[in-house]
Amino acid sequence: MRKSVLLATALIAIIGLGIASLFIGVSDVSLSTLFSEDNDRRALLILLASRIPRTLALILAGSSMAIAGLLLQMLARNRFVEPSTVGTVESASLGLLTTLVLWPGAPVIVKMMIAAVFALAGTALFLKILSLVQWRDILIVPLVGLMLSGVIASATDFFAYRFELLQALSAWRTGDFSGVLRGRYEMLWLTLALAVATYVTADRFTVAGLGEGFATNLGLAYKRVVGLGLTIVALMTAIITVTVGTIPFLGLIVPNIVRLSFGDNMRAGLPHVALMGAGLVLLSDIAGRLIRFPYEIPIGTVMGVVGSIIFLYLLLRRSTTDA
Amino acid sequence: MPEIAALHAPRSLLSRPGTVIGLLAIIALGLGVLFMTLGARGSWEFVLMFRGRKLLALILVGYAVAVSTVAFQTVTGNRILTPAIMGFDALFVLLRTILVFALGGFAVLTAGSQLMFALELAVMSGFAMLVYGTLFFGARRPLHLVMLVGIVLGVLFRSLTGLMVRLIDPNEFAMLQDMFYAGFNSVKPDLLGISALIMFVATLIAWPRLYAWDVLALGRDSAISLGIDHRRETIIVLLLVTVMISVSTALVGPVTFFGLLVANLAYLITPSYRHRHILPVAALIAVICLIGGQMVLERVFSFNTSLSIIIEFVGGITFIFLLLRGKAR
Repeated sequence: MRKSVLLATALIAIIGLGIASLFIGVSDVSLSTLFSEDNDRRALLILLASRIPRTLALILAGSSMAIAGLLLQMLARNRFVEPSTVGTVESASLGLLTTLVLWPGAPVIVKMMIAAVFALAGTALFLKILSLVQWRDILIVPLVGLMLSGVIASATDFFAYRFELLQALSAWRTGDFSGVLRGRYEMLWLTLALAVATYVTADRFTVAGLGEGFATNLGLAYKRVVGLGLTIVALMTAIITVTVGTIPFLGLIVPNIVRLSFGDNMRAGLPHVALMGAGLVLLSDIAGRLIRFPYEIPIGTVMGVVGSIIFLYLLLRRSTTDA
Repeated sequence: MPEIAALHAPRSLLSRPGTVIGLLAIIALGLGVLFMTLGARGSWEFVLMFRGRKLLALILVGYAVAVSTVAFQTVTGNRILTPAIMGFDALFVLLRTILVFALGGFAVLTAGSQLMFALELAVMSGFAMLVYGTLFFGARRPLHLVMLVGIVLGVLFRSLTGLMVRLIDPNEFAMLQDMFYAGFNSVKPDLLGISALIMFVATLIAWPRLYAWDVLALGRDSAISLGIDHRRETIIVLLLVTVMISVSTALVGPVTFFGLLVANLAYLITPSYRHRHILPVAALIAVICLIGGQMVLERVFSFNTSLSIIIEFVGGITFIFLLLRGKAR
């Protein structure tokens, strides 16, 4: 009962933020300009071509990035990882760069698929390295992940530098929704399908999160479930990287905050994770639009600051409670 | 506590620290001469002046990174944390950005780079003590936590820098962009003199303490029971590290993993655990790597890549390797 009230409140908050997002920006879009006849219906055009797509993209990207983080935390059995700290995002960028060099005219969907294949390989490599660690301190996992991201990123830098594509690279690395227009974000709807798929199979991931031995004992095809989970994470990451760029730390902090009240049951936590991810992204993007009005600050930068502060809080809070 | 036994190479000529240092010094000297003369055309006066500045910068940076990393690792009792990984250089870049933001680009340009640098150093020392002092002196935290907190702090400082950069007036930013993004190819000549002076003073302060650092390397408790004022030494080391990292970052910008590589190589080949042996070895290795790397970059890749990218790549792999081998305890 209490949980459904919480969910409803969150939903209302998201709708509120979404409406706010529709009316904030350089061009004057308000109810009065929308219904006045004398400005060539310019406000309506902006609303339909820019503001609505942007708001939808924010909600889709935010919720799916948070879900991808939650899923990855289940698979790596560690709550301090997310796609941008284990090399998934960096691998996707490397894939995009490879496509850009070898097949510059490739359609977006092909670029996305190649990025997804790279992301999958990078994440699998991370899990492989993890399986080599003998003693598993909870903090060594994010450390290895961050370093692996760094290594993949520098390999990407190396090629980008040689082919003079550093500028394109920085577009993927810093999430930015200001370029979202009608016709340029629709691929993000795929993440909705992936999110539904995750919700349907959530129980399996919860069991897989208990560890290989335990999950196999319970009759779960462990390897297949992990493979499915990794594919979902890789696809979501690739889609978001291709369309709007990286949103750092989102997948890390949202599931952790939700977990404080919901525990490790993925099916119960998932809707909250999705809503909170969307809410946080909406808030950060609106903040980015307002801080230096009329200029915009990309959401990647805003989330980098907010996200790392929350991450630090989570780390230090943990050390005082259970150390 | 470092594994001292593992440091001893098999008994040979190389088991004497003096020989190792001598050999490395000869290699460094040879590379230095090569760097100054290779493929030189035209006026010697110009060539020597131009390359001499670059060489001096490489030596200063190598020395600063090597000494600060080894000292930092001694005082924190591990071989995997380095000041750069903990975000020291990111903090320096952030403070520089904030100063430009607060004072305005014009004021910064007219104040002169040396005065600015002195101001930055003062602010930086204060901030570093505030941030890292609390991290190391507060409750005794597990190493992995300190490491992760340091890395995330680095991310935070870099993101804040990104945010400040966007808040700075675009015209002002263009004027100052040059100041933020230095590299091994574009060393700032006007800071060389003051940097050399600072490094000299830092060395004078550090030199008499090398014996105390040898004791510090035994670990906090042993050092205290042997009569070392652990807290005071730690503060001195942190201050020295802050100043040295500031110098190196001001000259060539942040290089995250260089110190890690150099320090671990030095532990590997120095047949001694004394700082008066390890420090020169580390500094010489750093200088050799930088001069050699820069020459390969200029001659083989004809400037078509960046030295720091290669260092990041190799350094990251080394770091993962060290983590997996459990060296981080």
